[in-house]
Amino acid sequence: MELIALLSATVRMATPLIFVAIGETYSERAGVMNIGLEGLMLIGAITAYTAVFFTGSLFFGLIAAMLAAMLFGFGFAYLAVTIKANQIVTGAALNMIGLGVSGFIYRVVFANTGIVSAVKTLPAIPLPFLSEIPFAGPILFNQNALVYFVFILTPITAFVLNKTSLGLSIRAVGEHPRAVDSVGLPVFRLRYGCILFAAALAGLGGAYLPIAHANQFVEGLTAGRGFIALTMVPFAGWTIPGVFLGGLLFGAAYALQLRLQVAQLAIAYQFLQTLPYLLTLAVLILSRNRTEQPKALCVPYEAG
Amino acid sequence: MSEPSTTPAMPKPPASRLDLRSRSGQLWGAVRRSLMPLLAVAAALLVGAILLLIFGYDPIQAYATMWHGIFGSQRNISEVLLKATPVVFTGVAVAIAYSCGIWNIGAEGQFYLGAIGATYVGVYWGDLPGFALLLLVMFAGFIGGGLWAVIPGLLKTWINANEVVVTIMLNYIALGISSYLVTGPMKEASGYFPQTDMIADAARLPRIWLPTRLHVGVILAVILAILVTILLYRTPLGFEIRTIGSNRNAARFAGMPVKRTIIIAMLLSGGSAGLGGAVEIAGLTGRLFAHISPGYGFDGIAVSLIVNNNPLGTIFSGLLFGGLRAGSEIMQISAGIPSVLIQIIQGMTIAFVIAFGVYNILQTQQQKI
Repeated sequence: MELIALLSATVRMATPLIFVAIGETYSERAGVMNIGLEGLMLIGAITAYTAVFFTGSLFFGLIAAMLAAMLFGFGFAYLAVTIKANQIVTGAALNMIGLGVSGFIYRVVFANTGIVSAVKTLPAIPLPFLSEIPFAGPILFNQNALVYFVFILTPITAFVLNKTSLGLSIRAVGEHPRAVDSVGLPVFRLRYGCILFAAALAGLGGAYLPIAHANQFVEGLTAGRGFIALTMVPFAGWTIPGVFLGGLLFGAAYALQLRLQVAQLAIAYQFLQTLPYLLTLAVLILSRNRTEQPKALCVPYEAG
Repeated sequence: MSEPSTTPAMPKPPASRLDLRSRSGQLWGAVRRSLMPLLAVAAALLVGAILLLIFGYDPIQAYATMWHGIFGSQRNISEVLLKATPVVFTGVAVAIAYSCGIWNIGAEGQFYLGAIGATYVGVYWGDLPGFALLLLVMFAGFIGGGLWAVIPGLLKTWINANEVVVTIMLNYIALGISSYLVTGPMKEASGYFPQTDMIADAARLPRIWLPTRLHVGVILAVILAILVTILLYRTPLGFEIRTIGSNRNAARFAGMPVKRTIIIAMLLSGGSAGLGGAVEIAGLTGRLFAHISPGYGFDGIAVSLIVNNNPLGTIFSGLLFGGLRAGSEIMQISAGIPSVLIQIIQGMTIAFVIAFGVYNILQTQQQKI
């Protein structure tokens, strides 16, 4: 039972990371590194929390979170693609803005006015028959809707990236944008599209935290998940199945950390809290010698 | 990760004295470049004003409160200087690393490690004679922060690990260590609060503007910015650091010890942030507690970026953001406007500097034509 609970929590904790990392994989395959994922997640989180609080609709909250993150993602795309600004600087600014805007809205709307309240969360939906399967059933098929969405999104995004002409164009833009341009494909539009797609998924991953993982917003609640997702992408060799597995690895670290804290071991809780971050460093060291990096990653495209 | 594309230019030969037109053009360019951060801040404040309007505040009143919070009294001015001090240290830290082509987003963690080192020496070695103790406290801060920054430096040079991610992760780990120490091994003897004992009196930095809390650390920050500028622009090591920052491969072909220099630059960078932590402990708080920094390390990024990562410039941008931070705290207390507005303004300032910077480049390109 203990193991089932742990693995079930692993899947739940992995879900937001996988969303964000799938988006970032698209973005990086198109040649744009967005280190502002953390900021976009925070925008998604505060938007979803506020929207669900005032409308009571989880669906509306998720849509609003994606749109809000896309709005900020558009700003990033304008600076990084059109203006050709340094992607790292722009991403760093996006993180600050995300932290500031989410904290500001939270304090103005909730903390200052004394409304501190839980919102409705996504319920677990046991799938008929599937959730009855021993062991795997409760782990995989007694989860909330966003977990199922990740199960669906992973194969679809992998298929689109690897087997369709759109995916080919995206991958080509990250490797050799000039060649893409010369055959008449829109480099800028492809990059904008991937950045906006990544932003929407970052918003969704952020939204997951207050309305599926917890039922509240806390300032800075993403706690580095955007950066962890960023690390997962090279670790996974810029592949979608890779980030899915990587997400499960980090999900396990989060789940284990929570379990151990509850277990009241003689280990200081601060060390357990740093577990995901230590794992991130370990993963970075393990993913050295990655040579599959898109050749035009972080290189703005100059037309003509 | 590929090299940052806006790395500082290689040292240029001085323009001919006879070419007056280009000299006046250079002067005008320099004026515009130095005005750019101010313009960017103004534009960011405008965005802040719009946000305030949307949420039903009066932006004019809010900024008037902020203005009063900055210049209203001797105490307010001293608080601005107190807030500017740590961000000059972290700003210089970001600038050194940037000069070497490394993104040090970890000044926050290095600040913490410096504060931890300084507190350890100040509390447990308090019997040492006066000035020696103070020097050792500062040295411990430098080493604490410096070694913490050497980790991403080593990972960068050994396996080309993305330093942005490494430094961010080390920030979280540093916070965990600090939180562990003040609740565990270094918790105060009386044991009520999650904080350490006070450091020895001899380890405290003297105050310089009584009755305010302003301490000599503000002068140390200015000295550090000047020394680092001299180091970067007037010494062989600085030349190597800047060359590696603008073109790592060229530096390698020129026979420069690229890896060693990156490690040294990271030691100096983290050391600066760590010194900031030590100064905060020895000058202001006198002890360590879990959240000793409200984000000074992250402020340092903005402080360095808006002056194009010029260490001397961080004195001015540090004052600017120190002022905004102090002002926004007053704004929170007296007008109820969340002080996190400062983070929005900082982020927007960087965004505008980026946008205006591109405008500048376009202008110079047109002049060339």
